[in-house]
Amino acid sequence: MAHHELNTPVTEAQVRELHAGDTVTLQSTLFGIRDATQIHMFDRGRTTRFDLRGHAVIHTAPNVRRVTASPEFPAGYAPVCIGTTTSDRMERFTWPLMQQYGVRMIVGKGGLRADSLEAFAKLGGVYLAIVGGTAALESTWIEQIEDVDLDDLNPESLWKFRIRDFGPLLVAMDSHGNSLYEDVRHDVQERRTRVLAGLGVRTA
Amino acid sequence: MKIDLKAIEDTARELYIRALKVLPPDIKQGFDQLVRNESVPRAQGVLRTMMTNIEVAERTDNLLCQDTGVPIYNLRIGSGVEVDGHALKAAIRRGCERATREYPLRSSVVHPLTRRNEHTSCGIEVPVIHIDFVETTDFLDIEMIPKGSGSENNSFLKMAIPAEGIDAIKTFVVDCVVAAGGKTCPPTIVGVGLGGTSDLCVALAKRAATRPLGTRCDDPDGALLEDELSQAVNQLGVGPQGLGGDSTAFAVHIELAATHITMNPIAVNMQCHSARRARASFTPTGIHYGF
Repeated sequence: MAHHELNTPVTEAQVRELHAGDTVTLQSTLFGIRDATQIHMFDRGRTTRFDLRGHAVIHTAPNVRRVTASPEFPAGYAPVCIGTTTSDRMERFTWPLMQQYGVRMIVGKGGLRADSLEAFAKLGGVYLAIVGGTAALESTWIEQIEDVDLDDLNPESLWKFRIRDFGPLLVAMDSHGNSLYEDVRHDVQERRTRVLAGLGVRTA
Repeated sequence: MKIDLKAIEDTARELYIRALKVLPPDIKQGFDQLVRNESVPRAQGVLRTMMTNIEVAERTDNLLCQDTGVPIYNLRIGSGVEVDGHALKAAIRRGCERATREYPLRSSVVHPLTRRNEHTSCGIEVPVIHIDFVETTDFLDIEMIPKGSGSENNSFLKMAIPAEGIDAIKTFVVDCVVAAGGKTCPPTIVGVGLGGTSDLCVALAKRAATRPLGTRCDDPDGALLEDELSQAVNQLGVGPQGLGGDSTAFAVHIELAATHITMNPIAVNMQCHSARRARASFTPTGIHYGF
């Protein structure tokens, strides 16, 4: 259960050092990505000018305020409240995100499935769990909205955040085939039978 | 009592922002109780982060969660209230729109086919506005609920049959909680609707999911089943954020209605741990804000 301080972008070797149960704090850059962003990138042939190789993406669509572009707000946006959405809806984008764009870390809540776990093992990636619904706290880890691409999809644009002490995040799925969500799912399935019996349910 | 529509509009605006920032005291107490009883260290940590977030949101005057949800306004109108119902709904909508534009809030509302976002949190039939009537004379009450999508995406309806009995209800509720896993941002309030028609059943589940913690089903049999299921779902081990633990749900709430002799409808709707709601009551002494 080690703690890792990581400056993004990271190498495959750095990601492979992370094990389920470890914690991570990210520094420097984090990209925000969401349903519509990825539907447009992978189903509709749109591309981004951002170099995502070795980077971390977070499943988000932030609350922002439009402001005049300045050194403080280079993208013309001030962050208001930035949090994390449920990752499961974006399961099918893990492979293309890693294969086509070289993303190494996905930050989200609620976990991803077996296909993503396989992608993490084959290509060298991890899923970092944040506590969902804690956006006020998360917003304090974001220093600036540095840049934005595909902004016609706002709020589901591709966001580039400058971050500081972003975490601790929990390594919930690693590149060695471990998923804390899978462990919990197995346990829950076993308990389900006992719970139903306790409720007096006659099972077929 | 005459109702000033401009005051309704301003209040609808204010309620949306308030609901997004401050959790009701019953939910805060719910956290205190869960963290006291949680036996898994990782789950304890997750709960404490959620509690820290509540403090940070209040201290920094920020939104609790980035999901501004689908805006829902529940109105109760007393018998002595004079108001143009159509204009009342329009005023609520304007308030919702203004909160989004003026604060500004992320508009999370899109057209279901074109996915076009008007950036107003409004669209066809949204905000959702429910109107009910009460006996109290000089009284109008607006409850605002921003319903987050993580929990709303895990909504379920089963038209069970009478021969499947209460076993079907218990199994369905347990299986919905299992299927939802961490996707609903647990600990949740598991809202269960029983009986009615399919549409009423789903509406009852939403009402149950958004009921304050500590309240019980009016029907005594429903209340007993609430207790039984509240204990049961917290033995499943889903835990906060689906990462394991005892704190899967604050409670299971049930709302029920009479149904057909051939029917046994069951609906489940969940409310995430950021169980946000805000309330304003219009009385002869003024507008009173609360939860």
